[in-house]
Amino acid sequence: MVKKVFARIYIALILVILYAPIVFIAVFSFTEAKSLGNWTGFSLSLYKSLFTGGMQNSSALISAVNNTLLIALIASLIATILGTVAAIGIFNLKGRKKQAIQLLNNIPMINPDIITGVSLFLLFVFLHISQGYLTVILAHVTFCTPYVVLSVLPKLTQMNPNIYEAALDLGATPGQAFRKVLVPVLSPGMISGFILSFTMSLDDFAVTFFTRGTIGLDTLSTFIYADARKGGLTPELKPLMTIIFIIILVVLLALNLKKSKHSDEK
Amino acid sequence: MTEHIIDIKHLSKSFSGKKVLEDINLYVRRGEFVTLLGPSGCGKTTMLRMIAGFLDPDEGEITLEGAPLVGVPPHKRPLNTVFQRYALFPHLDVYDNIAFGLKLAKVPSEEIDKRVRKVLKLVSMSDYEDRDVDTLSGGQQQRIAIARAIVNRPKVLLLDEPLAALDLKMRKDMQIELKEMHRKLGITFIYVTHDQEEALTLSDTVVVMNEGRIQQIGTPMDIYNEPVNAFVADFIGESNILKGRMMRDRRVAFIKHEFDCVDEGFGEDVPVDVVVRPEDIYFTTDPAKCQFKAKVNSCTFKGVHYEMFVDTDTGYELMIQDYDPYPVGSEVMLYIDPDDIQVMKKERRANVYEGEVTGDGKVEFLGAEFECNTEGFASGDKVRVTIRFEKVDLLDHEDEAVTTGHVEFILYMGNHYHLTIRTKSGEKIWVDTNDIWDKNDFVGINILPEDIRLEKLEEDGQKV
Repeated sequence: MVKKVFARIYIALILVILYAPIVFIAVFSFTEAKSLGNWTGFSLSLYKSLFTGGMQNSSALISAVNNTLLIALIASLIATILGTVAAIGIFNLKGRKKQAIQLLNNIPMINPDIITGVSLFLLFVFLHISQGYLTVILAHVTFCTPYVVLSVLPKLTQMNPNIYEAALDLGATPGQAFRKVLVPVLSPGMISGFILSFTMSLDDFAVTFFTRGTIGLDTLSTFIYADARKGGLTPELKPLMTIIFIIILVVLLALNLKKSKHSDEK
Repeated sequence: MTEHIIDIKHLSKSFSGKKVLEDINLYVRRGEFVTLLGPSGCGKTTMLRMIAGFLDPDEGEITLEGAPLVGVPPHKRPLNTVFQRYALFPHLDVYDNIAFGLKLAKVPSEEIDKRVRKVLKLVSMSDYEDRDVDTLSGGQQQRIAIARAIVNRPKVLLLDEPLAALDLKMRKDMQIELKEMHRKLGITFIYVTHDQEEALTLSDTVVVMNEGRIQQIGTPMDIYNEPVNAFVADFIGESNILKGRMMRDRRVAFIKHEFDCVDEGFGEDVPVDVVVRPEDIYFTTDPAKCQFKAKVNSCTFKGVHYEMFVDTDTGYELMIQDYDPYPVGSEVMLYIDPDDIQVMKKERRANVYEGEVTGDGKVEFLGAEFECNTEGFASGDKVRVTIRFEKVDLLDHEDEAVTTGHVEFILYMGNHYHLTIRTKSGEKIWVDTNDIWDKNDFVGINILPEDIRLEKLEEDGQKV
């Protein structure tokens, strides 16, 4: 009994520590006070100002949000395609070669972002690629692809190895077999790889910072960094972060709900 | 029934240096039910995959109705496969699984509808078209897999151990249904299995394979009653396999008794192998009929019959199946009909290798150096090495052994075991022994110097 109580308290404590910062931001997004931590009564004025562009640097913020979403979308789409194809290739390798390639795939994930960022920066300089949108997307594709490989590989292992052959056997060309059988069967892995890539790309700071060049390209993370250095966060960031958090929460809940519904049917 | 639909000629295939199929020649008649039967690793599935187009042969050709198949990609071959683990598409329902091939072939949708319904009725799954495939049982999934293949009206249906994953009762039911389906459809079936009973039940023709080679092709009756070698006799059903000696035409000696038989043309006084099925040894109380006596040493009830082991008066152990039990310890009189004695040419009489004398008293073969008497030979001489089966010593450890190997195949010969050992060098050595070994046992191999016989060979490998 005592054990049970302690277990509950322990869990509650962990959850509080995990969620306190987010709850803090969310709560203080509903008040007017410009400085953090001051509660001056409930108000939606920060939300209003966020959406009507009432703040001083709103156009920069809006373009940073747009950049972030666009880069995340393009980079995770490319990473999903590359990663899926790579996973199929790795799956069909044998023995040591397979292990070696899987290790090579895992290293970029363990590698600190700062090293990835700096080395990509040096590489782009060395290759004389002018830095901007292209280099940021390339960099994001680089660190997202391994995650897609990791989420697609288990689906391949679970898959009946004969189903691709069965499709060929029934008259599908290799291309048709890929589209009509492999892709649908692997799609759960591809989708989770895509979502993982998307969120990785969304909150990346280090790699973006080193590969965005000097053309003034900002994503949300670099914008907030610059903003914070200028002296104090723009207050409208609080409602923005709350909205992002809620969107992610809804997406996650929806996915989990769909998954559990699917497994219930079985 | 006489027209060949598939012809296979000189088909060979190796995987990373290991031969899995060697010079396979086979034809399949239109409408026939042919079974490729053999233990795992005998090359039967490899052969099926080559017919389906998932593998290319290293050598040889496969033709379908006279047109070459090798090089034609699988999706262009008018054949369909039923896979061992069904391989249904998990993201499609039953209807779409079956319609998959027809949709790709751009068959009009009303016709697809008609054909899917018809084939569902054939496999008795009519009400299941909207079901997800992973809600079906193993047997139901297998029916859908068969339906998905035959709905395309293939010229040949390939089945890769389709019933292996089902339980016994289900397997028996499906066997009957498959046979019935084959009869109704008139499609040629090529069926792969390791289950000899399944092969005998289903097939018009059985192809027994072992180690990448065809051992025997024949009707189920032929294969059972007249196995051509000890492997086939041992693999198909139960059998007593014994060393014998053909005295003259129609007269054979084994278990130290002489018997009349129906085989001719072996020559006089020639060593042979003899197979007698356990149900073909009869008990008698009539001393005039008795050919030999024996003592019953075990008797086990097997449902329909009793299985007994008897020791003959000459020291051999035989298995007998009979509807009536005889008490353990009793003396019985036995006889065998001439018709029921199957005489086989001996595949080999001794181990023979090519080797080289490497020094005084040393000869190299089987990838190792053995001591032996090399009087009259010079170092570097190429020699033919002969060792009798019973002169090979097997040890259960590596110390003192000249080379090592694994037990690959065990044949009980009534009073001793005949083992096939795969040596470290990848070659085979055959051993007669009274010791009991298990398959895949690791063994040390030793041969006494005086048991190694050498003959000189010319440089080109010919005997002098």
